[in-house]
Amino acid sequence: MSKIGRFGEFGGQYVPETVMNAVHELEEAYNKYKDDPQFKAELTQLYKDYAGRPSMLYYAEKMTEDLGGCKVYLKREDLNHTGSHKINNVLGQLLLAKKMGKKRIIAETGAGQHGVATATVCALMGLECCVYMGSTDVERQSLNVYRMRLLGSDVVSVDSGTGTLKDAINEAFHDWAANIENTYYCIGSVMGPYPYPQMVRDFQKIISEEMRAQMMEKEGKLPDCVVACVGGGSNAMGAFYDFIGDEQVRLVGAEAGGLGADTDETAATITKGSTGIFHGMKSIFLQDEFGQIAPVYSISAGLDYPGVGPEHADLHTRGRADYVSITDEEAVCAFEYLSKTEGIIPAIESAHAVAAALKIIPTMSKDQIMVINISGRGDKDVYQVARYRGVEVQN
Amino acid sequence: MNRIDKCFEELKAQGRKALITFVTAGDPDLETTEKAVLEMFDKGADIVELGVPFSDPVAEGESIQRASIRSLSGGTNLVKILDMIKNIRTKTDKPLVLMMYINTIFVYGTEKFFTQCAEYGIDGVIMPDLPYEERDEVLEYADRHGVYTINILAPASHGRIKKIASDSKGFIYSVLPAGNDADSCGYEDFLNTIKENASCPFAADFAVSDPEQAGKIAALCDGMIISPAVVDIMEKHGRDSVPFIAEYTAALRKAL
Repeated sequence: MSKIGRFGEFGGQYVPETVMNAVHELEEAYNKYKDDPQFKAELTQLYKDYAGRPSMLYYAEKMTEDLGGCKVYLKREDLNHTGSHKINNVLGQLLLAKKMGKKRIIAETGAGQHGVATATVCALMGLECCVYMGSTDVERQSLNVYRMRLLGSDVVSVDSGTGTLKDAINEAFHDWAANIENTYYCIGSVMGPYPYPQMVRDFQKIISEEMRAQMMEKEGKLPDCVVACVGGGSNAMGAFYDFIGDEQVRLVGAEAGGLGADTDETAATITKGSTGIFHGMKSIFLQDEFGQIAPVYSISAGLDYPGVGPEHADLHTRGRADYVSITDEEAVCAFEYLSKTEGIIPAIESAHAVAAALKIIPTMSKDQIMVINISGRGDKDVYQVARYRGVEVQN
Repeated sequence: MNRIDKCFEELKAQGRKALITFVTAGDPDLETTEKAVLEMFDKGADIVELGVPFSDPVAEGESIQRASIRSLSGGTNLVKILDMIKNIRTKTDKPLVLMMYINTIFVYGTEKFFTQCAEYGIDGVIMPDLPYEERDEVLEYADRHGVYTINILAPASHGRIKKIASDSKGFIYSVLPAGNDADSCGYEDFLNTIKENASCPFAADFAVSDPEQAGKIAALCDGMIISPAVVDIMEKHGRDSVPFIAEYTAALRKAL
């Protein structure tokens, strides 16, 4: 059995022959630069001066008092430039793409957060950019579509399938295969063929590295629990990674349950899925008995994906992280709760993490600490949440 | 002896090129697929590739993507396809190859699948998203049952061409990106590299539909893979496609 790029049984490089060489080329470039002092210094500079890192670790006092359980901190990835954790990964990958001499960048996007981050960094670095986005998502995230175009990117609306993230990835793969010699595919999550899951995690692990240092400074100890939302799983891998070796730190991933994990209108991959091979990786997928990938649903375009990154599949299988399913309704309630309680409007994706936390916090004691990763800000979701609540606002 | 080897041996003795045609199983229904397969063999196809539809065929062009959707929405699944093949095997002894995504094999059960391939008379399997480096996913089972896993090569394979070409069985599936015409396809070097290293015959998929163009490319290799021209006929004529497919296959045979 091939052992390249595995997390336990998961991972691998299940891609068409036409892109295999490009995957190898990327693997080589990544291994060359990942520990290169010059590359790391450039990236650290960009994180600091352009993205605005480190992101704040904020003590949510009102929330802590209101819930009467453990102490609650919020890791404010929503305060990064472009409004989410996605910029961490994109800065890393596009710096690498430039070193590789690539001039054209393609990306997929669900909610538009990764697309906006990619369009932004392409503008910064003078690279041509094309973002694939499902037609359903183009409709529900029209503000981000305009934002990407404003930044100089092409946005291609993908009609196939359910017109969501999975379909955008399919089209990005087609583009990559057709333009393999000059195009760099900037995958937005810890998924796809090796080296993407490892590389994207490495560009996101700064979240948990900062969290550890900030926690030690503020509390002099590690958190007891870290909660993050999981679609493909990049913000969660970033928030978990540095704590994986600290067994006392409970890691919780919040999946998009849609109308409920017991219905077909769900994207709760780990809760409901099974092992399969798709989009370059062996991992857990929502699929039928013949391996046909299931159409998925969630109010959150960023979590609306039938798979999950292979490292999460492994953390789940090993029992190192727990994954829970959060419904649309629970996420919207958490979206409203954090807005009213702390004056922070989270992305609807991040609201899934908040909803999971709201269930766990009251069960923990006052001397314990939880960190919730607020992966993005919720401006983009206000219209959709209003519509969900039956309130008419001008889009 | 695997039927693919036997087929190429006979073709070589006759100094002919292989005509390999592709059709998506179950588009528009399995009854039509069965008739089309038998008709293509009758009109001169040497090998038929049957596409097993997948919800997300990331390596396929638009017409095969659409064919997959048509097939799946008609309720096609692997069990029904295997049943149809069992039936086809009672009527022809020509090589049949399945083109399918690795997940449809993995979820069905890799060992069970290759056991049934041998039972039902499937001679080879092409898996567009299982590259050479991940072949261990299936190789043990495929080898045990004498089913060939067909390697794919593309110009973008670059430095991997020699290694893969020299470790292939059945035939090598050489993908020629469309865009150039057959007179100066620009793929001579690529095809020559395969030829010099190949451990088995190699066939080219140039995405052409014109028989004359197909003939020119076929001259550079051991056989021609015609995809997606038959699928396009199916899209246009649906259940009434069989006579059109027969006519088209005969024209291809003449040109090769």
